[in-house]
Amino acid sequence: MSCDYTRAALHGYLDGELDASRSAEFERHLVGCRECSKELETEKALRAGLQRSGLYEHPPLSLRKKIRAELDAATAAPAARKIPVWQWLAAAAAILVVAAISWYAWPLRNAIGGAAPPPFTAAELIDAHIRSLQPGHLTDVASTDQHAVKPWFSGKLDFAPPVKDFAEDGFPLVGGRLDVLGGRNVAVLVYGRRKHYINVFVLPTKEPDTPIHPPGLRQGYQWLHWRHQGMEYCAVSDVSVADLHELAQLIYQ
Amino acid sequence: MSGSDQGRSSDVLDVDERARFEQLVLPHLDAAFNLARWLLRSREDSEDVAQEAVLRAYRFFRGFHGGDARAWLLQIVRNTCYTWLEKNRPVEHMTEFDEELHPQPSLSPESLAIAGDNRERLSRALETLPPRFREVLVLRELEGCSYKEIAAITAIPIGTVMSALARARQRLQRALTQPPVQEAPREL
Repeated sequence: MSCDYTRAALHGYLDGELDASRSAEFERHLVGCRECSKELETEKALRAGLQRSGLYEHPPLSLRKKIRAELDAATAAPAARKIPVWQWLAAAAAILVVAAISWYAWPLRNAIGGAAPPPFTAAELIDAHIRSLQPGHLTDVASTDQHAVKPWFSGKLDFAPPVKDFAEDGFPLVGGRLDVLGGRNVAVLVYGRRKHYINVFVLPTKEPDTPIHPPGLRQGYQWLHWRHQGMEYCAVSDVSVADLHELAQLIYQ
Repeated sequence: MSGSDQGRSSDVLDVDERARFEQLVLPHLDAAFNLARWLLRSREDSEDVAQEAVLRAYRFFRGFHGGDARAWLLQIVRNTCYTWLEKNRPVEHMTEFDEELHPQPSLSPESLAIAGDNRERLSRALETLPPRFREVLVLRELEGCSYKEIAAITAIPIGTVMSALARARQRLQRALTQPPVQEAPREL
């Protein structure tokens, strides 16, 4: 009746923690052992239930704010030490040089089309991202089907954001919602990455295309900004920059 | 105001360290809160304890030399939780690992799937488990931690993570299939 495997290797197998040879050995055992097959199905059902039921609890926005305030109090202000006269002179000289270069470089920068800043601030962006993570705020239309999310936006916005699912690349589309950024309505596409969410804000722009800019960082969140084919994009998340960049490139293509 | 800080200036982190902390540790605040929430079974208490744990992590940050920042933070969160439980709910904290392994009631995957799809029921069943079982399940199933990370966070040897999970899952199944009335004696 009792099977040694049931209580040992089965859980390692379920969790993908067995090495290749033990994993193969367990699979061979599974073929002939009804008890273990059934137990494995039961465990899988339990896991699916745990992961589907939304048991993961997110902190309220106020906690992050409280912690930041406490961190501010626990961080040393930049020391106001005495600065020698020669350093003042060096600094003044450096400012003059920079001013001179900017003066000459300014028209050039405009001529080659130095990218205009996005029409919203980093604070607005991060606030919108954090708000979306509060219970019930993430999506207005929850669907992993790009053909369901795209038409949902039409009629609600005066532009059609490109909607694509990247589940095969590890970024499943979770849904979409409307949000307000910099005082205007924007589309937001929500992607999942393991247990985390990535908000991709999309709005139309008249500015020319840009590459994906270097990441911005604030309050522990990172974002990437770029413009492509008349749309302005900003992807925000707490996932690693590498993951965020991967998604940005998928969207960019 | 600035004068009073001078005495402990060596513990105080500077702006660069603060930026590094924000980049490495703060993104795991959700994980910290979620673990505290399930260990303490209260959102309100978890806010206080998660906050305390993050600040403690900040004070210890010089001792963090790279590696898995999430596991490092969660280890501190877990310790802070147990200290809090010891102080505020001593009876609960005494509940120890139950090593018994009963033969299970025969359970079909289908019936479990139905029970397991009910958020309330799952949540209640999870909360009836002793904290040591609860934490390995939360770390594995909700946080997606590897065995190695679970071992680092909970300070149990990596060789026993698998059996701890096996026992925890068995207990959860049992809690799910028993009538809720018997399983929730603390709801008075």
